[in-house]
Amino acid sequence: MPTVSVARDRLFAALGRSYTQEEFEELCFNFGIELDDVTTEKAIILKERHLEDDNSSLDDEVIYKIEVPANRYDLLCLEGLAQALCIFNGHEKIPRYTVANISKESMLKMQVKKETSLIRPFVVCAVLRGIAFDEARYNSFIDLQDKLHQNICRKRTLVAIGTHDLDTLQGPFTYEALPPPEINFVPLKQVKHFRADELMEFYKSDLKLKKFLHIIEKSKVFPVIYDRNRTVLSLPPIINGAHSAITLKTKNVFIECTATDLTKAKIVLNTMVTTFSAYCERKFEVEPVEVISFDGNSSVYPDLSEYNMEVPLSYITGSIGVPLEVDEVTSLLNRMQVHAEQAGLGGNNINVSVPPTRSDILHPCDVMEDVAIAYGYNNIPKRKLSSLKPLPLNQLSDLIRYEIAMNGFAEVLTWILCSKKENFEMLNRKDDKTTAVVIGNPRSSDFEIFEVGDVVLLDEKKDVGASNRRLLAALYCGANSGFELIHSLVDKIMEVMGTPFVPVGNSAGYYIELSDEPEFLSGRQAKIIYKGRRIGIFGIVHPEVLNNFDIPDPCTFLELDIENFL
Amino acid sequence: MAEDAILGYLATHEEIPDSGQFASQHGLHHNDVVNVIKSLHGFRYIDAQDIKRESWVLTDEGKKYAAEGSPEVQLFLAIPSEGSIAKDELQKKLDPSLFKIGCSQAGKNKWVDMGKQVSRKVQHVEDKVKDLLIRIQDGQTLGKEDINSLRARKLIVAQTWKGYSVSKGPNYAPKRKKVATDLTRENLQRGDWKELEFKEYNFNAKGPPAEAGHLHPLLKVKQQLKNIFLQMGFEEMPTNNFVESSFWNFDALFQPQQHPARDSHDTFFLEAPSTTRELPEDYVQLVKRVHESGGYGSRGYMYDWKREEANKNLLRTHTTAVSTRMLYTLAKQPFAPKRYFSIDRVFRNESVDRTHLAEFHQIEGLVCDRGLTLGDLIGVLNDFFSRLGMSKLRFKPAYNPYTEPSMEIFSYHEGLKKWVEIGNSGMFRPEMLLPMGFPEDVRVIAWGLSLERPTMILYGIDNIRDLFGHKVDLSLIKRNPICRLGIN
Repeated sequence: MPTVSVARDRLFAALGRSYTQEEFEELCFNFGIELDDVTTEKAIILKERHLEDDNSSLDDEVIYKIEVPANRYDLLCLEGLAQALCIFNGHEKIPRYTVANISKESMLKMQVKKETSLIRPFVVCAVLRGIAFDEARYNSFIDLQDKLHQNICRKRTLVAIGTHDLDTLQGPFTYEALPPPEINFVPLKQVKHFRADELMEFYKSDLKLKKFLHIIEKSKVFPVIYDRNRTVLSLPPIINGAHSAITLKTKNVFIECTATDLTKAKIVLNTMVTTFSAYCERKFEVEPVEVISFDGNSSVYPDLSEYNMEVPLSYITGSIGVPLEVDEVTSLLNRMQVHAEQAGLGGNNINVSVPPTRSDILHPCDVMEDVAIAYGYNNIPKRKLSSLKPLPLNQLSDLIRYEIAMNGFAEVLTWILCSKKENFEMLNRKDDKTTAVVIGNPRSSDFEIFEVGDVVLLDEKKDVGASNRRLLAALYCGANSGFELIHSLVDKIMEVMGTPFVPVGNSAGYYIELSDEPEFLSGRQAKIIYKGRRIGIFGIVHPEVLNNFDIPDPCTFLELDIENFL
Repeated sequence: MAEDAILGYLATHEEIPDSGQFASQHGLHHNDVVNVIKSLHGFRYIDAQDIKRESWVLTDEGKKYAAEGSPEVQLFLAIPSEGSIAKDELQKKLDPSLFKIGCSQAGKNKWVDMGKQVSRKVQHVEDKVKDLLIRIQDGQTLGKEDINSLRARKLIVAQTWKGYSVSKGPNYAPKRKKVATDLTRENLQRGDWKELEFKEYNFNAKGPPAEAGHLHPLLKVKQQLKNIFLQMGFEEMPTNNFVESSFWNFDALFQPQQHPARDSHDTFFLEAPSTTRELPEDYVQLVKRVHESGGYGSRGYMYDWKREEANKNLLRTHTTAVSTRMLYTLAKQPFAPKRYFSIDRVFRNESVDRTHLAEFHQIEGLVCDRGLTLGDLIGVLNDFFSRLGMSKLRFKPAYNPYTEPSMEIFSYHEGLKKWVEIGNSGMFRPEMLLPMGFPEDVRVIAWGLSLERPTMILYGIDNIRDLFGHKVDLSLIKRNPICRLGIN
């Protein structure tokens, strides 16, 4: 996305009011541009020169760096941005751009020679009459050329712009392509004459220009524009002549765009002339130039005609999903610099006229988007498509199951049903209305098993007086108790739940404390406290319990209520 | 032996007032007694109080004299009881240092006459020094004067004696239970588990690190996202093709050939295989025409579309290339609505920094149906992102060559207290869909985002290279929690 730097105060003056930064950001957001950075000329220069602030007299005017969409060439300078925002805010009407009504005979002419087709075949031109520059406008005029060169012109490969003080020149002009040694002129910012081939050599050390040399370097002929006195206007796409350089005092500007892509050349020319015709004596009027091809074909530029399309209302409202009337749509479009009116009385189609500034509009879908932007994306009611939501408890259970399996434990699936005797007496427990999942009695050598499943507890809050609770059980059985192994597993489970190990009494994470439950061996058992709540227990299973279940090997058992993690 | 003596004694006595005395009464070494006391105390069989006493012990010199007699006596005995002995002669009979000390002390005691000839002054002497040293050795106490004189001669030094007074502890038993580190199968078989005693376990420390496998956090997030898409009724697209032609990556998406993204500064083009072997020719003609002169209600881009550009192979810059192929196939069949998703790698010729890599994962979702609206897009985005915990969204107009309208998705970040861009979305342009052959009222809404960005936010990682690539710290992979995206 291109970024445009504009002086904040000048922008606000053009917008007719000032904004807080937040207000301006909001305006940008709704329009689809973005305030990327706020800086000062001074800060930029100091940064470029790697200097500290020296309190020098550098300009500390606030600069807004604004990101604009890559296809909105009309927004690449302050004038275009301000105009678009003013119209968006409803403060200004869309200008109608016109081509001055002059006869073909009195029109300036550009004659195109056949050889140009070898290197850069297209040229389009226009004249801005009676322009009034001041320093800010002049700088903006130069900056816009720069931005266009960087973006749509693809670093001057597709299009290159030359602007000239018309009063220093005499038409008709010729666009030629000549062997480099035959071209000789004083280039911009130089005082002596250079032959074109020498100039290319000279610019190899020029940081700004050397990156454009490749565009014509290898060609046998270089493109060049002359006036009737063989004064060189420019050696596109490299440099203009010094002779016709524009200054603050320039009144009449001749603009030529040479190109390998005619469509883009027209867009670039239109962008230059529509933007700066605002400063002309006859506002928004541009003087045309006739471009005559070597084969005799003639075209008049600029082409400021509007592009017309008829768009059904239903297409717009049906795509956005908001019911709008024709007049609502037309006024929304007007805020986006698009002329629009109802097609025929009571019709449901809209006649849209796209001004030359809006070259980005190709299809009714672009018009539809403009309606949506002006309506406000964030005002469009949402429509939910069908979708499903899983049960969080089961999702979490599954994720924990995978983690425990990755710790080397084998999953088992045991019966929910077990006898009261198994549940209490055999566990050294008295029936005090609690219950626990029970791991069966396998008899092989060492093993590590786990299960995540539900147990049923009495629950006064439920209509049936009982509710399920999702517990995790893990068991180690082997030649020794495996107590430390289960302890590690507890740490791992808490880690994958993103819970820190904390000192006893701290409720920000989990800690482990000696417990005293009859089913475990005394001193070899611990409860797990998570956020201040006891959520589980682990320990060496009491030998009497082992005996009750005919288990000959020591075991360590873990039980953890995972619903606490939801 | 000492343990039995102590525990047995305490069975009938309140306390052992002095371990030193207890040791000598029972004929035990005090050191052994002390070691047993410490061990029993550790298991809280007994309580023990420190006792300290100052006492005197012989120096090496003192020990020697206690055994061999004092130097002065040795010297005296070397002198004949009658007559005299030449001093040189006498010196030869004795050790030089002993001779020196002996001379000085015997002289002081007026036992001998010292000259060139040495003779006894008295006929009988008593070795009092030796007697005193032996008494100290036996632990007897001496008078202050004697102590001082011995200490002055560096024959004795002071020493602190340590012992204990002992009484029953909370775990007292007349016989110690077996100390075990763990309950073993043998304990159960022998039935001796009842006598086992375990050392207290330290629950203030974590258990030993677990031996386990670990999955990469980025792929855990990917898995959860996949689940979310499936729950929303999206089908996964086959994205296992990194090499793509420019045609499917760009042209078919109505992305013009001069677009900056198609520059080698942004895209990795392939040297081998440098071009695609085939493209669907009929469709290529339709794509060429829509670029050059539009149609389907569009002006087109109005430039000369070049087949060579479209043929160039590249590493796909977005998974939308796959979506395009899927939509092309879909359009060939009688229309049926579809929801597609993919999460896979894409490649960009970008310089690598804290937030950018030359390859990353793109998450993409699309819905293809008749009569879809921007309201549907906003709805599906709200559904999707609220499952990721981002329920406060807003949308900014944006530009993208193949979507119109285009919307950037912003989410309000509670931590940063600001709106953060989280993805892009839009409706595919008619210039993309209609050449494929879709009916005019079929619309496709789509969105995309990177997998890395939400993961970095989720795990608090600020350098993408700490998350993805060969410089990742393995401990990050071993320690990251379960990805709970979509569980809320």
